[in-house]
Amino acid sequence: MRYLLRRLGFFVLTLWAAMTLNFFIPRMMPGSPEEALRERLSKGGSVVTADQLRTVLAEFGFEPDKNIVLQYLEYLKAMVTGHWGVSIGSSLGVPVTTLIGSALPWTLGLVGITTILAFAIGTLIGTISGWRRGGLIDGVVPPVFIVTSALPYFWVALLFISLFAIGDHAILPNDFNYDQGLTPGFNGEFIFSVLKHGILPAATILITAIGGWILTMRNNMITTLAEDYVRMARAKGIPSRRIMFGYAGRNAFLPNLSGFAMSLGFVISGTILVEYVFNYPGLGYMFYNATVSTDYPLLQALFLLVTLAVLICVLLCDFAVFLLDPRARTKG
Amino acid sequence: MSAIVTGAAAPTTTTATRRPRGGLLRAIMHNRKAMIGAGLLVLFILLAAFPHLFVPWLHGDPRAIGELPLQSPSGKHWLGTTGLGQDVYAELIYSTRESLIIAVVAGLGATILSVIIGVSAAYLGGYADDGLSMLTDIFLVLPTFPLIIVLATYAGKGNLTVIIVVLILTGWSYGARQMRAQALSLRNRDFLESARVRGERSSYIIVVEVLPTMISLIVANFLGAALYSVLTAAGLQFLGLGDPNSLSWGTMLYWAQNQGALVNGLPAWALSPGLAVALLGVSFALLNYAFDEISNPALRPVRRRRARSAS
Repeated sequence: MRYLLRRLGFFVLTLWAAMTLNFFIPRMMPGSPEEALRERLSKGGSVVTADQLRTVLAEFGFEPDKNIVLQYLEYLKAMVTGHWGVSIGSSLGVPVTTLIGSALPWTLGLVGITTILAFAIGTLIGTISGWRRGGLIDGVVPPVFIVTSALPYFWVALLFISLFAIGDHAILPNDFNYDQGLTPGFNGEFIFSVLKHGILPAATILITAIGGWILTMRNNMITTLAEDYVRMARAKGIPSRRIMFGYAGRNAFLPNLSGFAMSLGFVISGTILVEYVFNYPGLGYMFYNATVSTDYPLLQALFLLVTLAVLICVLLCDFAVFLLDPRARTKG
Repeated sequence: MSAIVTGAAAPTTTTATRRPRGGLLRAIMHNRKAMIGAGLLVLFILLAAFPHLFVPWLHGDPRAIGELPLQSPSGKHWLGTTGLGQDVYAELIYSTRESLIIAVVAGLGATILSVIIGVSAAYLGGYADDGLSMLTDIFLVLPTFPLIIVLATYAGKGNLTVIIVVLILTGWSYGARQMRAQALSLRNRDFLESARVRGERSSYIIVVEVLPTMISLIVANFLGAALYSVLTAAGLQFLGLGDPNSLSWGTMLYWAQNQGALVNGLPAWALSPGLAVALLGVSFALLNYAFDEISNPALRPVRRRRARSAS
């Protein structure tokens, strides 16, 4: 139980750290939201009074004259209660939460599914490759996946576009999440379109993300196979498939699981670039747009959201380890 | 023999540091992955140091605007030209320098930071260890790329120093965790105990006794951090958060994307800078994995081990 409590404590602490970073970065960096906002508002031709500016800025908790401690506390309260401010970018005045809500399902669908798929397939290949040392798979796997794990996400995306989506033999679309002529609905045509638009981004994430998990799983597997209980299982004549998955694989899997949670931040980084290249209207693409239009509230809300997502995954993995590993249960 | 001679002439510390380094070098020479990785890296270092040797016909600025924009690859322009008629090949070669500098400087900085934090956490123990470990874990989990984007947007786009500093600040945590683990396992060894009994200062013990034994982990860490820096910096510049006038692969990618290289049917322009990033990344990754194999013999390819035991 203490183990779980400690992990929960870590969850809260990291979330607090992220919020604090979010609060202090805009106040310490040279670029100022005030400046960006003035520029944006005056671009529309309207003259902005100082009063108006202050009201809009106050909307997302930026009141330069106020006591910084007070500001900080109010900010924390607003974040926890879900008041994440309004956009000052291209969709001026729209609550950030609404914007995020419209993009979230696409990213969850694309990134969530492919990441879990990459993890599952990668772990399986790693298990087999580590089990059959010196076999055909083990000879090919490490060099190939060292290379794929070092490829930049956006480069793989560009490569796929130039191979499959451009020129005379374009067989797959290279942008957006579905054919823009279609109206979203639960019908065959729409679903097919969504799938078709998802293939290339998904393949990109799969190929670049899978390598790391194959390699760590293989290395864990090799270390585990040298353990005495594996030798004991062999001596008892237990079928090798059961040793592979039930004895060695099960133990080698545990560090991989915590590694999965840790590396999730890296995967999310990659998907920002993938979504950007494919103009896929998910959170990553929104992140990019927020930078271009210096939409600070949206940018910060997205950062917080991504942190939250990673932390929830870390917590889930901790729970999984807790269930799978008796040592974690008894230790604390 | 020479080791004995130098050992007699010089204080013992020189032999102590020389011996593992010689073994490391030999181990690298025998590892095929390490050799390929090192070969690629040497090539990139040559490109960065002497770019003019690879583009001998070029005089002046590689970014000079030419007359023929959007050309396909030809004998005159090996990789075609950009939307402004610049020669892609020349730009590519001259961009090596900045990309390599980012990788090496940011990689070194992150490694130094992770050594300092990891080793001192292990060495100090107690509350300091708890605090530093917690800090490491937090930085490990924080999604760094989004954080970098937020930072770079606020700090004003384009500054190379900003990019490097941000890469260092976000890239140290993974290494620090490993450093702490290894330093912890060293803490109670006899040779450290004897140094403590001799009355050496802790700074001396850490620098002279602890760090040399950790050198292979430190090198592996540097390679990992450099790989991370290459990929992240290229990603940042590709999104337009770098200096749009600088000469680097990420910036080239940014312009290729902005001027629609792929749509205009110029895959060579759109893909070659990314390929360069990928190759540099691959070279770091190969070296890194080879270091894993060297420090953990169980991971080495099986066939070679069999051949060795047969001979």
